Amino acid sequence: MNPLNRQALARLVASQLPRDSFVNLGIGAPTQIADFVAPDAGVILHSENGILNMGPAPRAGEEDPDLINAGKSPVTLALGGAFFDSSLAFAMMRGGHIDVAVLGAFQVSRRGDLANWTTGKDDGEPPGVGGAIDLAVGAKAIWVMMDHVARDGAPRIVSDCTLPLTATNVVSRVFTSLAIIEVTEGGLLVSAMLEGAEFDHVQAATGAPLRLAERVGMITADGTLIGRS
Amino acid sequence: MRNVVVGTEAAAVAGLRDGHVVMVGGFGGAGLPRSIIKAVAELGVRDLTVISNNAGAGGDDLSLWFRQRMVRKIICSYPRSAKDFTLQYRAGTVELELLPQGTLVERIRAGGAGLGGFLSPVGVGTVFERGKEKITVGGRDFLLELPLRADFALVKGRTADTLGNVTYNKAARNHCAVMATAADIVTVEVDRIVEAGGLDPESIVTPCIFVDRVFARAVA
Repeated sequence: MNPLNRQALARLVASQLPRDSFVNLGIGAPTQIADFVAPDAGVILHSENGILNMGPAPRAGEEDPDLINAGKSPVTLALGGAFFDSSLAFAMMRGGHIDVAVLGAFQVSRRGDLANWTTGKDDGEPPGVGGAIDLAVGAKAIWVMMDHVARDGAPRIVSDCTLPLTATNVVSRVFTSLAIIEVTEGGLLVSAMLEGAEFDHVQAATGAPLRLAERVGMITADGTLIGRS
Repeated sequence: MRNVVVGTEAAAVAGLRDGHVVMVGGFGGAGLPRSIIKAVAELGVRDLTVISNNAGAGGDDLSLWFRQRMVRKIICSYPRSAKDFTLQYRAGTVELELLPQGTLVERIRAGGAGLGGFLSPVGVGTVFERGKEKITVGGRDFLLELPLRADFALVKGRTADTLGNVTYNKAARNHCAVMATAADIVTVEVDRIVEAGGLDPESIVTPCIFVDRVFARAVA
């Protein structure tokens, strides 16, 4: 059993976005979710640089330097799209108008604390935070999408984050390469696992105690969720 | 009748001096007033405090100012992939005040709107609360964020009229429209200038009351 790859994980998250919701996809891996959102799902994408109803990347030769996403890559405007200034873009976040933000993370704690803006290590560049904190504090639901463990095998779901925090107590759901984990008052609950994965294996790769939900869905290798709505 | 059109880059940035606080619009390359950024570089001023979302990306952007060591401090949210800034940051010759992007733009908005600050939940429980007063309202913790103003704001619009009303192009509006409210002298670089009455009033994003100078760069 191999962990879900990025594409399959993006497909999985896309399939769980509520219909007709306003969604912000974080820079990095979450950006790819847009490629898997069904056209009839009615999902409206928000971008921190002042776009609502952001569309896919343009065809080669049709890029507009004034129409870029938060990662500064060229995008298009979908039907009914709108532009606005950065103050209003962030008011949409802080004001709780975004239904779901899907973010990458370095660590998530058992209480839903999020560490995703810096590793705190010197990588040769100055630190940059961008809109990570505003988004994590303001969106109605914060979902995290990440590999279950770090490159060195260290758990990324931990009892307490050791990296600089983005926000405390904000993550409600974590989609990893092995499982879907809900952050609840009673702790971390596994609501779905990758086909062939054993609970003990997922627990061993996790730095905080897990419990199985009453009904546990199965995630196929291509990122389809079976057995949960 | 009011007419704020200036004919040269030099006139667009006249009066910008050593030690000034300068806001520069843009998110990445969108909304970056490249011609007047270059004009400031040609002034050769020093000890600037720059307020901008990014810190240049190595081209004809804020990198020009860092290369010439014109900047003493930058207040921004995302100064990564900024080679020339990074060199000076690592050498300790430029100060960085890093802010969450929404806090950055809202502090500018407060400065332009005559507010003494605002209370934000962003940064509570993180390193960003350091040095800030914490105030509890309705059982929730907020940080007191103070307004930002500047001597100059340099922004990029699409079309201006001679009065100084400004429209923007797509996502190039970003921080520009807010910065245009928060400086003593607001200079807008545009692609095109039309006579007063030449803009659809419904399309004007920055009304001329905020604008001191407009400059139409030569469009190739």
